[in-house]
Amino acid sequence: MSTAVGTRPALTWAVHLAVLLLVAVWTIPTFGILVSSFRDRDQLVVSGWWTALTSAERNIVARSAPPEEAVEENGQWVLRGNVFAEGSGSISAFGTSIQRPREFEPGATAEMRGGGTMTVEENGDYVISYPEQPEGGRGQRLFVTSLEAPKFTAENYERVLFSEGIGQSFINTLTVTIPATVIPILIAAYAAYALSWMQFPGRALLLATIVGLIVVPLQMALIPLLRLYNDIGVGKSFIGIWLAHTGFGLPLAVYLLRNYIAGLPREIIESARVDGASDFEIFRKIVLPLSFPALASFAIFQFLWVWNDLLIATVFLGNNEEQLVLTGRLRELLGSRGGDWEILTASAFVAIVVPIVVFFALQRYLVRGLLSGSVKGG
Amino acid sequence: MVLGVAACFGYFWSSNRLLDTIYPGTGANVAANLTKANAIRPWLFLGPAIIILGIYLVYPVVNSIVLSFHGPNGEHWVGGYNYNWLIHDAAFRESVRNNILWLIVVPTAATFFGLIAATLTDRIGWGNIAKSLIFMPMAISFVGASVIWKFIYDYRPAGSGQIGLLNAIVTSFGGEPQAWLTIPLWNNFFLMVVLIWIQTGFAMVILSAALRGIPEETIEAAIIDGASPFQIFYKIKVPQIWSTIAVVWTTITILVLKVFDIVIAMTNGQWGTQVLANYMFDWMFRGLDFGRASTIALVIMIMVVPIMIWNVREARKGTR
Repeated sequence: MSTAVGTRPALTWAVHLAVLLLVAVWTIPTFGILVSSFRDRDQLVVSGWWTALTSAERNIVARSAPPEEAVEENGQWVLRGNVFAEGSGSISAFGTSIQRPREFEPGATAEMRGGGTMTVEENGDYVISYPEQPEGGRGQRLFVTSLEAPKFTAENYERVLFSEGIGQSFINTLTVTIPATVIPILIAAYAAYALSWMQFPGRALLLATIVGLIVVPLQMALIPLLRLYNDIGVGKSFIGIWLAHTGFGLPLAVYLLRNYIAGLPREIIESARVDGASDFEIFRKIVLPLSFPALASFAIFQFLWVWNDLLIATVFLGNNEEQLVLTGRLRELLGSRGGDWEILTASAFVAIVVPIVVFFALQRYLVRGLLSGSVKGG
Repeated sequence: MVLGVAACFGYFWSSNRLLDTIYPGTGANVAANLTKANAIRPWLFLGPAIIILGIYLVYPVVNSIVLSFHGPNGEHWVGGYNYNWLIHDAAFRESVRNNILWLIVVPTAATFFGLIAATLTDRIGWGNIAKSLIFMPMAISFVGASVIWKFIYDYRPAGSGQIGLLNAIVTSFGGEPQAWLTIPLWNNFFLMVVLIWIQTGFAMVILSAALRGIPEETIEAAIIDGASPFQIFYKIKVPQIWSTIAVVWTTITILVLKVFDIVIAMTNGQWGTQVLANYMFDWMFRGLDFGRASTIALVIMIMVVPIMIWNVREARKGTR
């Protein structure tokens, strides 16, 4: 379209920049979670993920060797050692009190409150000298700010998958999602076929009802169904939730599939009928294969929807280890481990990775489904 | 898992088989058999769908209405008590106020950004990649998105390093870090951002298809008449896709009415962010009062009814 006009280069640049900005705003949040989920927990809590590639500053409180190890040198009692008892790092500043950990540059000599001086070198070596022989059992506290090289680790994932229960929830989610995707499609496809190609009384009314039911809010259904489930003894079970997802996804599925199936060429179906095929055969051998694109697009929808659902799972499944789904687990973690971002980010990423993969792999079908459903004579 | 799916396949196969056995398509009275079979078969195909729709959608609507006149366990008839309580309840009024805010802001913003994204990405070479990336949040659950955005809103007291992106930006410009999610009224908007972020991609995809459906001639005519790109956009393109904009708008509106995941995961209704769906959930599980919860659910339902009627009308227009 842009070729039709003599496009002004300034405008083209503005368009590119605007799109770039939009894309940035829409991807950066997710990207931040991804980066954070691989960061070392200690670095994550002190610096933003956008600094992940630069060295992280961290305040450490170290303790020097106990005073009894002090040695006499030139009339002073001196303690030597390294603040990084194990490991290494580089000191960017140090101080003598917790309020001012950045008071002195490395290598400077600081006066301590109890008398004496201390020096911390960049590599972590410290020298503390006292005018008299120091007493007490515990060493001097050293407040240092160290620069650490960026650390990336898969440890967060190991932790959430194996000890925070995300692994089990992942399996539970799959157990919920697969049947809750297949069953409604099958039921909807049969119903859609009947509504499109079979003659029976009340067809128009039935279709109108189904369209109306598309917008019924889920909230309406929760309490009556919960009571019903308890009465008939289904309670909190996977069968209960499969059927619930089936019920809530069904109106849209029937509607979308009916639109598609009704649009199939009449000749094919009529000629098959003339050849003596029953409706069951026509459906299985002709309609089903032909409506593959519509089935696929609804399948993706339903899959994403069930995978991402929190409400239905919270209401119809239990909170126990065998039933808690990913979204439920994530919500629980947000409540109980609200500040542990290494856990939250890794868990969130586990929960969103499957839908995102499905989404990118099958995006074409998804878009097609969206368009057939929402744009009518647009 | 396998069992559940197999049972479903089994039903359709065996029920049709049964029908064929009772009324075989061959033999003495073929014609009569076929007529009977053809009268029954639609109901075999539709049966499961009708039963499930009845149990999961129709029955609940009726039952909720009944329950809203009953006490906590649905046992005692309390008449209009629940409704009376609702009108005088401060939290309910807060939820309604917030819901109205959500209903105005989210569909508007998502449609607006979707329209901009659709228009812009259609004009550049890497538009499809850009579209995929803007569309991507659609795949993320509301809870997942809540974690993502809670991280962005993360707050650390002034002076310490901010790990939340928003506060980092604010402090880098010399501002004071804020606990975003606890600022009354404004925190509602911070929650809405999450849903807008998710829904913009949906609006974009549909509007972009509608934009492509506009006949070239009208645009060419406008160009010849010397219209600027902005005039073309506002005076030619937007009016032509008006019905699609309405569809996108209502779809997002329905979603907004039902959304509760974001609120429950990010603030749980604290600091003045309660919405109807979450408030209903509260009374259902924490308050254990099915009567009041049903009443709140009915309020949501009533808000949806106009859209429902409109939908049915549109669909009937389409099938005729």
